[in-house]
Amino acid sequence: MSIFLNENSKVIVQGITGSEGTKHTARMLRSGTNIVGGVNARKAGQSVEIEGNQLPVFGSVEEAMKETGADVSVVFVPPKFAKDAVIEAIDAEIGLAVVITEGIPVHDSAYFWAHANATGNRTRIVGPNCPGVISPGKSNSGIIPADITAGGKIGLVSKSGTLTYQMMYELRDIGFSTCVGIGGDPVIGTTHIDALRAFEEDPETEAVVMIGEIGGDAEERAAEYIKANISKPVVGYVAGFTAPEGKTMGHAGAIVSGSSGTAQAKKEALEAAGVKVGKTPSETAKLMRSIIND
Amino acid sequence: MDLYEYQAKEIFAAHGIPTLPGSVATDPNGAKAVAEELGGPVVVKAQVKAGGRGKAGGVKLAENPDEARTKAEAILGLDIKGHTTRRVLVTEASDIADEYYLSFLLDRANRNFLAMASVEGGMEIEEVAATKPEALARIPIDPIEGVNEAKAREIVEAAKFPAEIADQVSDIVVQLWEAFVAEDATLFEINPLVKDPQGKVIALDGKVALDDNASFRQSKQAEYVDEGAEDPLEAKAKAKDLNYVKLDGQVGIIGNGAGLVMSTLDVVAYAGADHDNVKPANFLDIGGGASAEVMAAGLDVILGDPDVKSVFVNVFGGITACDAVANGIVQALKMLGDEATKPLVVRLDGNNVEEGRRILAEADHPLVTLVDTMDGAADKAAELAAGK
Repeated sequence: MSIFLNENSKVIVQGITGSEGTKHTARMLRSGTNIVGGVNARKAGQSVEIEGNQLPVFGSVEEAMKETGADVSVVFVPPKFAKDAVIEAIDAEIGLAVVITEGIPVHDSAYFWAHANATGNRTRIVGPNCPGVISPGKSNSGIIPADITAGGKIGLVSKSGTLTYQMMYELRDIGFSTCVGIGGDPVIGTTHIDALRAFEEDPETEAVVMIGEIGGDAEERAAEYIKANISKPVVGYVAGFTAPEGKTMGHAGAIVSGSSGTAQAKKEALEAAGVKVGKTPSETAKLMRSIIND
Repeated sequence: MDLYEYQAKEIFAAHGIPTLPGSVATDPNGAKAVAEELGGPVVVKAQVKAGGRGKAGGVKLAENPDEARTKAEAILGLDIKGHTTRRVLVTEASDIADEYYLSFLLDRANRNFLAMASVEGGMEIEEVAATKPEALARIPIDPIEGVNEAKAREIVEAAKFPAEIADQVSDIVVQLWEAFVAEDATLFEINPLVKDPQGKVIALDGKVALDDNASFRQSKQAEYVDEGAEDPLEAKAKAKDLNYVKLDGQVGIIGNGAGLVMSTLDVVAYAGADHDNVKPANFLDIGGGASAEVMAAGLDVILGDPDVKSVFVNVFGGITACDAVANGIVQALKMLGDEATKPLVVRLDGNNVEEGRRILAEADHPLVTLVDTMDGAADKAAELAAGK
């Protein structure tokens, strides 16, 4: 088992003809992902050859789903057009949309999130500005390198891409059921909490690593959720103890988050919820290893 | 990007929100000239991106142009919470009958926007929120529906604005929302929003934060980028499109991905505890597709920092291939020649790591030490920075 993805996932790529889309489609194919086509309204009806595969290009997500049975879309569309691309995926009611695009204006992300809510949340959105989701050996929807580790029993959820890779590397001897890079933008679809809930229900996942970083209060809210709802062991890591305070959000921002957003505050909240928090990635991996080997 | 008060008020005024006339000045005579033009008493206000300006002596009343000059002289150069005052805003002095609060902001937790309003003015808004939460109305705003007149009325009623100004405030609420969306803002705050003795409602002070991701459709906001206030090394890095923040330690840091770089700063600070308490000297994220040119540009900035005693290059190759990073380091050192005098500790893992390590081993540069693990490399870099 795994979460969000499995070996039967049929993946399309929105923006398959762009340079990023083409490059990462090739990488996903090489890691065994079942890519069934792409979307670009201006190149509908054509096909592209990537890694020896002839992939059909469709005019819309809806059409791609009808023709191929796709249930996952990976979005590489540039920031300017990303809002419309995600809304198209939502309107087609695809099961999972992984939005890799970096640099989407937050008003656009807030808009497509509101649209997803208004239409009954039939599409799970991961990202934007995220590395994607990988269930090693089964499917890889995004840009996470597939050769770091094999499948296993740890679940991972993280805001940061390269820290995800680092943690996968540290625990490559145990392996992962699914790694979810939720992205570091202020407005994201799938949260730490959503991934934790799914890992709790996944019989293959025995323990979860949760990686956070400074800013916002997502980790604090995840800590509350863990305390009330998660029975599996969770190990945490928070980056940014020595980082300078980020952009000042002004008075109003601090009130809303109800937290200073510091790494220390997040660590304390997680520890209060019974989560063991490592000081460094290697210490975090050690904590996880001792839980698994216990 | 956070704006200065005068820029925030320029944006408010451009969207039809009443503000007081005024202009910014960078020297005392400029302030006097603005006061002459305005006529009558003026307020001279320090323009820094920090709160508590009044308490720090950064806001002063001047009865006439000469006094405006003297007050500006006293305020310019003033240090307010670590920000040096480089300009002052000179505006008409206004009589205030009442003070209120109004803002729109991004609500990250709820993934929508929030209107906040209060008739408790003249107080820090955090204090209102903490001591009289019932006096601060918070109304969620749906990003698709936005704020129309009915929604504005709801906000005005929730905050209990007096009936005689309800129409005016309601208009301002709608205008402020339209401006908030048009400018791709994450925060629009009017504090205080005031009523003058004639009953007119005016935005007296404001705070604006804009979304840098929207710069592709907000080309005129480029003028708000505050080059003068930046650290020279930060300016140099920005010119090379590097994501760099200067800190006050001795170990230069280069890494890929914001999360890994933040983690690297932490690991170096922990290692520094064993080595004369050395600390990270900077944050530098060379991003996903790090090329030789980017590595050279990054090294150039960091080696130009006189505080840096050693450099830690920490790369986990995901998309980035370690051989490209290694080649970047070798070429950068070649380009810098004799200017490169500080030891480099390099840790590579991930995509093409063997080839990357081989390239560095073969180049065998006297300044470069290759260490296998992140913790070990941090310790080595801290040790070298401590001079032992």
